[in-house]
Formats: sequence, structure tokens, C-alpha cells
Amino acid sequence: MKDEISIKGLAHMDTAHDSAAKHVTGRAEYTDDLAEPQGLLHAYLGLSKCAHGRITAMDLEAVRAAPGVIDVLTAADLPGVNDVSPAGHHDDPILAEQEVKFWGQPVFAVVAETRDQARRAAALAKISYEPLLQALDPMGAKAAGMDYVTDPLTLRRGDAAQGLAAAPRRIKGRFGIGGQDHFYLEGQIAMAVPGEDEDVTINVSTQHPSEVQHMVAHVLGVQSHSVVVNVRRMGGGFGGKETQMNLFACVAAVAAKKWNRAVKIRPDRDDDMSATGKRHDFVVDYEVGFDDQGRILAVDGDWYARCGFSADLSGPVTDRALFHADNAYYYPDVRVSSHPMRTNTVSNTAFRGFGGPQGVIVAERMIEEIAYALGRDPLEIRKANLYQNGQLTPYHQEVTDQILPQMFAELEASSDYQARRQAVLDWNAKGGVIRKGIALTPVKFGISFTATWYNQAGSLIHIYSDGSIALNHGGTEMGQGLNTKVAQVVAEAFQCDLSRVKITKTTTEKVPNTSATAASSGTDLNGMAALDAAEQIKTRLVDFVAERWQAPKDQVRFVPGHIMAGETAIPFDEVIKAAYMARIHLSAAGFYKTPKIHWDRSTGRGRPFYYFAYGAAVAEVSVDTLTGEYVIDRADVLHDVGRSLNPIIDKGQVEGAFVQGTGWLTCEELWWSEKGELKTHAPSTYKIPLASDRPRVFNVKLADWSENTERSIKRSKAVGEPPFMLGISVFEAINMAVASVADYREPARLDAPATPERVLMGIRRLQG
Amino acid sequence: MTGDLRFLLNDREVALSSAGGSDTLLDFLRIDRRMTGTKEGCAEGDCGACTVLVGRLTDQGLRYEPVNACIRFLASCHGCHVVTVEHLRGPDGGLHPIQTAMIEHHGSQCGFCTPGFVMALYGLWMSNPAADAMAIETALQGNLCRCTGYEPIIKAALAAQAAGGQAMDALTVEREVVAAKLRAMPRERVDVSKGADRAIIPADTDDLAALLLEHQKPTLVAGATDVGLWVTKFLRNISPTIFIAHLMKGVEVTETELKIGAGVTYSEAEPLIAEHLPELLDYWQRIAGWQVRNMGTIGGNIANGSPIGDTPPVLIALDARIVLRKGAERREVALQDYFIDYGKQDRAPGEFVETIIIPLNRGAKIAGYKISKRRDSDISSVAMGLCLTLEGDKIASARIAYGGMAGTPKRAAGAEVALVGQVFGKAAFEAAARAVLADFTPLSDMRASADYRSAVAANLLRRFWLEQSEPDLPVRLNYAVGE
Repeated sequence: MKDEISIKGLAHMDTAHDSAAKHVTGRAEYTDDLAEPQGLLHAYLGLSKCAHGRITAMDLEAVRAAPGVIDVLTAADLPGVNDVSPAGHHDDPILAEQEVKFWGQPVFAVVAETRDQARRAAALAKISYEPLLQALDPMGAKAAGMDYVTDPLTLRRGDAAQGLAAAPRRIKGRFGIGGQDHFYLEGQIAMAVPGEDEDVTINVSTQHPSEVQHMVAHVLGVQSHSVVVNVRRMGGGFGGKETQMNLFACVAAVAAKKWNRAVKIRPDRDDDMSATGKRHDFVVDYEVGFDDQGRILAVDGDWYARCGFSADLSGPVTDRALFHADNAYYYPDVRVSSHPMRTNTVSNTAFRGFGGPQGVIVAERMIEEIAYALGRDPLEIRKANLYQNGQLTPYHQEVTDQILPQMFAELEASSDYQARRQAVLDWNAKGGVIRKGIALTPVKFGISFTATWYNQAGSLIHIYSDGSIALNHGGTEMGQGLNTKVAQVVAEAFQCDLSRVKITKTTTEKVPNTSATAASSGTDLNGMAALDAAEQIKTRLVDFVAERWQAPKDQVRFVPGHIMAGETAIPFDEVIKAAYMARIHLSAAGFYKTPKIHWDRSTGRGRPFYYFAYGAAVAEVSVDTLTGEYVIDRADVLHDVGRSLNPIIDKGQVEGAFVQGTGWLTCEELWWSEKGELKTHAPSTYKIPLASDRPRVFNVKLADWSENTERSIKRSKAVGEPPFMLGISVFEAINMAVASVADYREPARLDAPATPERVLMGIRRLQG
Repeated sequence: MTGDLRFLLNDREVALSSAGGSDTLLDFLRIDRRMTGTKEGCAEGDCGACTVLVGRLTDQGLRYEPVNACIRFLASCHGCHVVTVEHLRGPDGGLHPIQTAMIEHHGSQCGFCTPGFVMALYGLWMSNPAADAMAIETALQGNLCRCTGYEPIIKAALAAQAAGGQAMDALTVEREVVAAKLRAMPRERVDVSKGADRAIIPADTDDLAALLLEHQKPTLVAGATDVGLWVTKFLRNISPTIFIAHLMKGVEVTETELKIGAGVTYSEAEPLIAEHLPELLDYWQRIAGWQVRNMGTIGGNIANGSPIGDTPPVLIALDARIVLRKGAERREVALQDYFIDYGKQDRAPGEFVETIIIPLNRGAKIAGYKISKRRDSDISSVAMGLCLTLEGDKIASARIAYGGMAGTPKRAAGAEVALVGQVFGKAAFEAAARAVLADFTPLSDMRASADYRSAVAANLLRRFWLEQSEPDLPVRLNYAVGE
């Protein structure tokens, strides 16, 4: 039977994104595309023009009098609490009261008949400020004695001071690592539709519907059961829609309830970039002790982060920087500490990698330091320090699933690394204007939310009497193919064609108390929850079929399109119809929680991660030493996603993450004026990679032999974040090309991002 | 005698008696018509999510080009055929080959940028059936994708090119019918308003000259690649607007000069550059992205007076002149004298830039360099145009102009002095590279620091010498796409 029917879209098959045809025809609906309710109003935010100041006067008369204006909302108009702090710090006002704490902070909201009217009206506000002491960057904040936005963390194992003292060689350095704007193509947006009683429905582009639900309830002063949050898809998220849209959803909801009309809010791109958080930039002081063979003996480091004016997710983000301060290397004695600095800038937030990249890149900088000090290929130093199974991380988790030696060997061969490195050295030895660099860097990334309770998920599956399946889960679709992969799991479970499984919007009405679709966990958690629901229904169907078709239960099997009762094959539809008539429950709610994980932040010990995902990349670049421009000549990537649920979608994640990671470290630069105004707040000034910035040769491969050693969904591994850090290979290769102008006597030690300017200035510094 | 604003939108004729000069095409599509396939990503012409095709009649027939609907004013679509993603279909009415290839090669993830990519690639597929990976990248300079890393999109574009089928495409098949409909649209002056927001579309250049004598402070809108942002970003009142991109399209090539009408777009000028100033073709293809090059005009780039405009540095180096017209009177000004100070140009009320005259100094050594944070579709930190003539082994004349180094595009007087009369050799260019440091006091901003700008300004002179002296040495980065 099985051989006769071919079905599409089972687990582990290359399957197109479920919305691909809608994407290319423009029929995929994003929040701004939804049919607009009659009488829809539009809200727009008025933003501060002062980095830190007391509001001395706020004249909104001209705003109120502007054409089309219905209302102007200030903090006093919020019925519940004026706070959207996701971590419960109560430090994230929706609308500033008395004091503004960054340039671009929302101060009021205008509600008008059209978006254009609301926007024009918002520009008419006259607000005066009495300037207060401001600090914009982490070291400035430290010097000014600013406090931490949240509790710092120290990870410690052994005695770093003693280890450093005893080490034959020691190197100290400081590394500035820039932030990054998400630049999701679809900006922040929410549309609230009022209902009867205290009800309100919010359509919003969010990675975290349950949090929006809870925030809106708090701000309206109602119970969560009155708020419904819907998300069909986002036009990109990358962490920028994990907490940042809460504010917009709340403003829309407040206005909608107040006027009993639907209200939409969509900031212009410049306001979106000014008023929402970004990847944290860091200044890191590191010291590494090592021996003459390049083995790391001790590491001591301090990670100072620009957190912005409030905590937001800075706690877990700066924690994760420390969790990845070792990247893939064993540090015998280690002390690393975070310093989540309060600054008068927008509150920084989640962004793909969630602090991890800012840990990993420091580990790689230390490897570089050691290699240059010893005159060795950094790859040798990397190999000498890779974790061996059984060794402990700085947070005392035992590494048990190390596969990097095998990945290194495979990638070194497939990329022809050794010959190409020699060719690069030979080329540079000629001393021309164009210099080259090559680097192979790994990533080891811990999978699970470090907030252990987030590692849970729910699902809801209905099978209708015609045999069609409706699938719902708590994850959100932002382009990563989550819905497709979870649907494949369900199709596989029922042995039916993927087209039978309807992927529905995410809604808090169907699955409650969901976690953010973040930390690369979407498929791991929701795939398992969906499988749980499917298994429940399957169990009922097995019981039913065994009874109805008179077969032992262990001989009832799901085969393509059919269910076997012993030797009898019954079409799936027929079974479902019969099951309905027999009053079998054809709906189930599934649930999953990640096993084995625990984390005690107070002691800095535990097993925060269920498993590690690994990857490695080789990048080769050319640098123009006259201008600092560069090109990525070639990149070879080998990445570990365990047994991929959908290789083609996973490959797309790896490619996209690599390019986004190179953007972070090359052309994407955030630049503030002395007054604290972000001047790179639109694509005209903030440059994300274009097609012509991608590697000129780009070979991306999944490690198809890898299998998750833990019982993850179908033994696959998470893919969203880990490959982002492979962009570090490009950064290191650029550093090598720069270092060549001084014959590699010292590393280039470029701060990130390595803009053409930083590259040229680095070259001039080394040339003396 | 004035008429309605008329254009074709996909397969329908649109006639509007009420329209404002600051109404954008994107808002018309998304808000007025609820055609939501076209997306807004940035509202400043930098991301390409709003890409649509605009077809217009030219001397060579109906020409379709991808443009940014977000900064394209509705009034500038008068007499044109606007084609959105909703209109795209294959010969059998199903998916278009571009769409099929994008699905098969997994070219979309979040999908928000996708309609814009599809439309840009559609424009390329129609206009250049032989496009290779490099041509595809050039066509996609104006499209941002944050998810895919672009690789699958390039593969999809190559596959669609290979699939062919241009001859059966709807816009090809219907070309004559569409052209006839556009030709049938009245050519008289259009003068429409929405409230106080007024848009005037002159019938011809003489009509424009007359209008400018009547109106005190109209906003002249050519490609709108800058004026568009005055509206979408700065919320400025630009009424009354006079739309001129359909005017001054003429080009005349003589033995000694290129005479280019002020309304000629970068894209329209590109073949001329390729033929007569091939040294500048690479520079030319790095002016903004394709959509902007299809809208932006050389006249607009000059009239606008930006200190970092892309064309002035090279045009000043070439000793270009412009013809300014007021009523029936015309005067010629050397381009270098047109830029008086930051934000101040030598253009009197009622005057407009009509023609750009570029001398063709066939024996000269010419170069144009643009340095920016990102290679493509970025505003330059430093741009340089250079034109040298030699007599024997000596430099007879030197014109070097920079953008991004001062409040206006400006010649490097000291560097020029250091070169003229000297032997064409390394010593002269080293001297010029030192001298150029004293020529400018650049600013630091988000694009680059003063130190970097100065260092690059000097090094570009060194680069030029290396290119001249060691043609076989790799002096420039190689951006070719490999296997």
C-alpha cells in the first residue's frame, strides 16, 4: 500500500514555504493588508526630541486642532498601568510622564480619521525640556555612575585570577562591538477592533501574542480573557517583534476602547527605528592566559552593554552573552561578568542570537590574539581549544554532543582551506593594494530559553468530518517556515498529504500562555506540542479502528492516505467519517515542555540548554587598502541542524542568517549624534546587505549526518539563530587582510562593524 | 483648457478630476484602491518593497521600468501604464515564470519584500532576456531582503531568464493596444487639485516656461527621488507642484559634445555613458538603485544642489555646462559655478535647468570613483570625478572635483595645481594627494568622519595613478560572481 501512494510534505522532505505562492503574487496578507473595519481610525505617536530631560511644558493645542484629529492621548489617558516592561521591572512606560529618557521616546498619541492626518498632527506638538545629565554609551554610563538596568551576572569556574597569574602568556584587550537594527521589512503595526463588554481583538505583527494579550489587559485594566491577539504572519521579526510591538498594540487598544472604533497604528520607518530597541552594542574588556602551544588556561572578562533607558530583555540578553563567551572552547579557569548599563538611548532588545553573538565574537577575538602572538594559523588554535565531551562550560553544563572536530575536518577539506590560506599568504606577500584574508570560525549555540518556564508550548488540532485537518499552535510565522515544518510533523503523524493540513493564524483564543517565538525554539517546542495533539487523536483512532474493523491494536497502522486494520486498508477520509458517526473526539490540545533543563542564576550553575547546535564557516575576503572597501570572495558554510525537518527551508535560514551576521559586522552601523539622536534611522542611512554584498561564491551545506542526541522533534535541531554567528568568519578574514599590511605582527583588532572607514583607519594605524 | 489626470492601472483606465500634487502612487494603490500586493517598507525609495512597473511612451515605443511607488507621485503617472503585482500572470493566466521560479527556488521567507523583488525581476526579464548574475544584482540594487541572504532570489532570477517566454508575456502581447490607449490620452495641460494641494502637468516645455512665469514658488518635480521624501518624510507642503519628468527628454550627440535634456533619467542616459564615457559606466551604475535610476533625472540631480549628488563631481570634472531657461530666454552656466554654497544655486525665480552639455574630450584621461559604506545604493562618503589631458609626458590640464568633501560639489584647486605642468608620473600624484588635504575641510557625520574622507580623497588620486601605470595589477576589488 505504502509504495503505491506518494504523499507530499512529510517530515524531512524539502517542502516549499506554505505561503510561497501567496508571497509571490502579493496575496499574502500582513496586518496592514487586512480588510479595514468601517470607521477605522488611525493613531500616531509623538516622539521626544531630547535624550534625557524633564518635560517643562507640553503644548498640544495645535495637535488637537489639526484636521481630522479625534483625540490626543497622554499617559493620563491610559486606564490601567502605564507600563509594558516584559520583565516586570515597571520601567517601560507606553507614554512618557514628566521625564523623557531617550530621543525618540513616545510622549503622546494622536488619533485621527486618516494616518496622514494623525502623522501631520503629531508633528505640531510643542514640548520643552529641561535637559538632565545624559549618558549615551556603556563606558559613558559607567563614567557617569549610571546604575544597571537589571541585575548583572557572573559566571565562574575555577579561579581566573590564579589561572592568569600562572599562565606563561597573557594578553589583555578591549573590543567595541556595535549594535544592529532589525530592519524587518514590515514595520511595527497593530490594529485593534473593539468588541462588546471589555473585549478587544488585536491584529498585530508580533512574535509574542500572549505577551501582547497580557500587556493590553494590564494597560486597559481588564482580565486577559477579554483580549484576543491574532497573528497570521509577520514581514520579518528577528527579535524586533518579541517585545517591541507591545507599546503599539496597547495604544491601538486604548484608543479603540475609548472611541469604540477600530484603530490602526503604523509608525513611519524613521519613527520605528528611532522608537524601538535594537541589538545591544557592547564594550568588552578581556584577558586571556595561554601556553606556548596556544592552549587557553584562563579567561577573565567584563561585558558592558548599552541597554538603553530600561531593562526590557537586557537581563537575559546580557546573560546569554556570557553563556557564549566561551563559544566552542574550553576555559580551564574562567570569570566573566555582565554589566547591563543604563543609557539614554532606546531600550535595546532581543535580536537573533540574543546576546550570544556578542559573546562568541569575543572568544574568537581571543583566539586571534593567541594565534598572532604565537605566529600560528588561528585555525590551529581553535582546534587546540575545542571542547571535548565531558568538559564543563563556565555555567557548569557538561558538553556531551560535540561534533565540531568532524565538521572542521569536513569543511577544511570541502573548502580547500589549507591551500587557499597559503594562496592568501602568498598573495599578500606581494604587497599590493588589494589584500586578502581567510578565516574558519565555528559556532556552538545553546538551545533553550534560559528562562526555564518559557520552554513550553501548546497546540490544537481539529479533524473535521470530511477528513480535513486544522492545525494551530502557539508559534508565530515570521518567514522562518515554522508553520510549514510543524504542519509536516502533523502530516507525517497522520500519513497524509500536507495539503490536507490547514495552517491557521496564531491566536490566543486557541492556544493560551504561549512563549515568544524566539530563541530558535519555535519548531522544537511547537512541533512537539503538535505531535502530542496528533498522537492523542491517533490513539483514539487506533482504538476505534481496532474495534470497528476487528483488528488487534498493534496491527492498526497509519500508512500513506490510509489506516491499516491488519491487512485491510481503509482510506483516511472513510475512517474519519466513521469515527465522527461513532462519536469519537476528533480534536485535541497538545502540550510540551522541554525535559532535563534547569538553571540557577544565583549560583551560576545548571543545565540551561537541552542541547547545542553547531556550525562552521570559511570566509575569504579582499580588501582595498586605499579605501577600506572589501568584497566577500567566497564563503563555505557547514551547519548542523540535526535531522532536518525540511532541508531546503533550513538551508534558507542558514544562508539568510549568514548574510545578516555579516551585515552586523560590516556595513550596518548605528550612529548617534552627541545630543543622543540616532541619525541612522532609515535605509537611506542604515545600510543592510544587498544582493551584491553576499559572497561572490556561496557554498552552504547542512551536516546531513548529524542527529540530535536528545529526543528533540524528529531528532532535528533549532536553526534560527546559530548560523548568524558564522558571519564572524567574514569579520575575522577582514581583520587578517588588514593585519597583512604589518606582516601579521599583531592582530588588526578592528572594532565592529568593520565599515570601510574602520578598515582604512585600521590599516593606517598598522602602517604607522 | 485642462483635463483630468489619466493613466492606465493594470487593465483599467483611471481618470481623476481630483488629485493632489503630493499624493503618492503607493497610497493611491493601497489606501484608495485597497490593492495591497504592493508594500510599504520605508517610504523613501530605498527598500524596493513598493516596486511597480510604469510603462510610458518614448521615441522607441512603450518602455516599462520598475519604480518605487512610495516616492512616485500619482500625478507623474499621467499618460502612463501602471502595472502592479496583481496584474502579473503567466501566458496561461496562472503564475508568471518569475513567480514560479521564486517559489521553486525558495526565494521568499517572510514574503514582505517579495512582490517588490518579483516586479523588479519582471522588469529585468522583459528588458534584458540575457541577464546574468551580475546584471541581476545590478537590477536588484534597489531591493532589500532581510531574510534570504539573496542567494535563492538570484537563482530564481537566473532560472526565470532561462525559462524565457518574453514574447508571450501579457505586456508584450498587449503592447500595441496599451500604446494606442496611452497615445489617445489628451496631451493638454493638466491642472488638478485636492483641497489646496494642486498639481500641474504642463503640456510641453514651452508651457512649463510659461507656467513658471505665472507661479511664484512652485515645486518643480522631475523624478521625485528627492522631492518625494520632502512629502513622505518631512511632510512638507509642496503645492503647487509642476511635474516635468515627461519633458526635456531630448539627446543630441555631436563630435565634441553630449547635449542631454534635463528630463533624461539616469537609466535613459546609461547607453550614452556606455558609448561615449565608458570610464564612467561603473560609476553610473552605482547611482542609487535601478528603480531610482529609472525615475531620477540628471537635471533634477543638478537643480537640487545636493552636496553629495552623484552626477555633479564627474560632470564638473568634465567641464559640463547647463542651459538655464526663463520664459524664452536662455543662458549657459558652467556647472562648477552653478553651485554657490550649501543649499544655494545660481538659479533665478522662474528659471529651470533645460539642458546639460558635456564636452567630449576624446583624448582625455577620465575617471569617476564613488566610495560609500555599502557598495550599492548608498550615498557616497566621497565621490570624485577626474579629467586630465596630456601633452607629451606632461599633464596639460587637470580638472578634479569631489562630492562629500564640502557644502557643494567642488574642485580640488590645490591638487589640480600640483598636477598641471608636471610629468605624468607617481611623483605628481603623490604631490596632488598631499595637496588635496588642504583643499577641503570635510565634515564628520553618520556616513564618514572628516579624517576618513580626507584620507580617501587623497588615496583616490593614488588609485588613479596605479590604474594608469600598472594596468595589469589588481588595484580595484573584483565583484564578479563566481561559480
